[in-house]
Amino acid sequence: MAEVMAEFLQLAFSGLTVGAVYALVALGFTLIYNASDVINFAQGDFVMIGGMGTVFLTAAGIALPLAALIAIIGTVIVGLLLHRFAIQPARGASPVALIMITIGASIFIKGVAQVVFDKQFHSLPAFSGDTPIAIGGATILPQSLWVVGGALVLVVALYMFLEHTLLGKAVLATAANRLAARLVGINVTIVLALAFGVSAAIGAVAGVLVTPITLTRYDLGTLFALKGFAAAMVGGMGNPMGAVVGGLLIGLMEAFGAGYISSTYKDAVAFIAILVVLFFMPRGLFGGRSVERV
Amino acid sequence: MLTVEGLFSAYGRIEVLHDVSLEVAAGEIVALVGSNGAGKTTLMRTLSGVQPIRGGRITFEGATINAVPAHLRVSLGISQSPEGRQVFGPLSVEDNLRLGAYRRRDGGAQASLARIYDLFPVLREKRHLAAMGLSGGQQQMLAIGRALMAAPKLLLLDEPSLGLAPVLIDQIIDAIVTLKGEGMTILLVEQNASTALAIADRGYVLETGRIAFQGTGAFLLGHPKVREAYLGA
Repeated sequence: MAEVMAEFLQLAFSGLTVGAVYALVALGFTLIYNASDVINFAQGDFVMIGGMGTVFLTAAGIALPLAALIAIIGTVIVGLLLHRFAIQPARGASPVALIMITIGASIFIKGVAQVVFDKQFHSLPAFSGDTPIAIGGATILPQSLWVVGGALVLVVALYMFLEHTLLGKAVLATAANRLAARLVGINVTIVLALAFGVSAAIGAVAGVLVTPITLTRYDLGTLFALKGFAAAMVGGMGNPMGAVVGGLLIGLMEAFGAGYISSTYKDAVAFIAILVVLFFMPRGLFGGRSVERV
Repeated sequence: MLTVEGLFSAYGRIEVLHDVSLEVAAGEIVALVGSNGAGKTTLMRTLSGVQPIRGGRITFEGATINAVPAHLRVSLGISQSPEGRQVFGPLSVEDNLRLGAYRRRDGGAQASLARIYDLFPVLREKRHLAAMGLSGGQQQMLAIGRALMAAPKLLLLDEPSLGLAPVLIDQIIDAIVTLKGEGMTILLVEQNASTALAIADRGYVLETGRIAFQGTGAFLLGHPKVREAYLGA
């Protein structure tokens, strides 16, 4: 009995850890979708740039915290460039066209990453060592606590920004009614750039935190984008709370699916979750904004 | 205060405004009336800078503002309560109002908020409610209040009575008259021509994108052609 419990806890810990990362990616999707109606499939690549950037900067002899900071800033710049040169010129294009643009941008980023970095898997040392912490017969890696704690800090910070600053309210206002936002004097272009910048930062932080556990490679972004997208859909596209819950749910389902059924189908779990949600609750668990059928 | 000369505007290849000229002097209420599709809302949007212009010139306080982007026109003192209210639905009533003061840097937002709550007491009562939970009339008050939060020199009101019950229309009209009493300059667009012309110093009648008639409110109210076409008399 104790063993069953320990196994359950072990799977839950690993599920929550990856789930926290999916939640952050989903939050990035949500922020950009709310502000601009764009589903940004380059969101996963922000995770990759954050992780790979930190790997290569530490390899160049820069201390980890500084390397991480530079990598995050670099990712923000990529996010702003994506908005300025890929999204903004296509202003007024249909959502489908914009989604295709972000898929193209994602492929482009991967291509550049192959050249700038390389095609190998890379890792980072865990921030607080590799000694597992025993809890209730199961163990958890200190890095998992970094991931979950970091995700928590980001979620709270984003919430405070959106709900308690005028600029944050301007983002929400732009999402709610773009015409009215312009009429009250909000510079909508700046708000959209901000959404891309903040989403890139969130993705990059997730990448830095998770790389010691999952490793990273130039093409890792695709999987994170798909899982994060699934999480956002499950929670209800456009709903930040839904993104977080959706991310954790997908992470947990993956871990339990892999542990109790078969790890072969681990990556299928997210897609089964999307299908189930789209069949029975097309607007997601938390009822996001209505999604246009394409 | 505001001068519009030979304004042309179009959606794609469909021209909506043809050679429109009008003027609003400080302290005036100017009414712009006309039937559905005459181009009234398009004109208001070009004044706020959210609809591009094809030709002509918009002058505000002596400076041409054709190239000034929408958000900076709010800083200059042009603020609009748009047609269809366009409140920020998921945000609270008070957040909607505070966003109206988004470009203000004079620290007067708090005082304006209190004044708007005095003008529309129901908004104070419902200040923590999401704007989409308000009735149509309350949303209209909110849209006007939000525009006032910018402390504008020129207030653009697009169809403030649209879809409201008569008792609410009276309330809105009273508020507009109160604002004029305080020295506000107002450009009022209305389909409800008799109400608008009754409180206006001057008026313009827009017909399929052209100014057809102009004059004092009383003159237009008495003009046989205007009466026939817009006042149902």
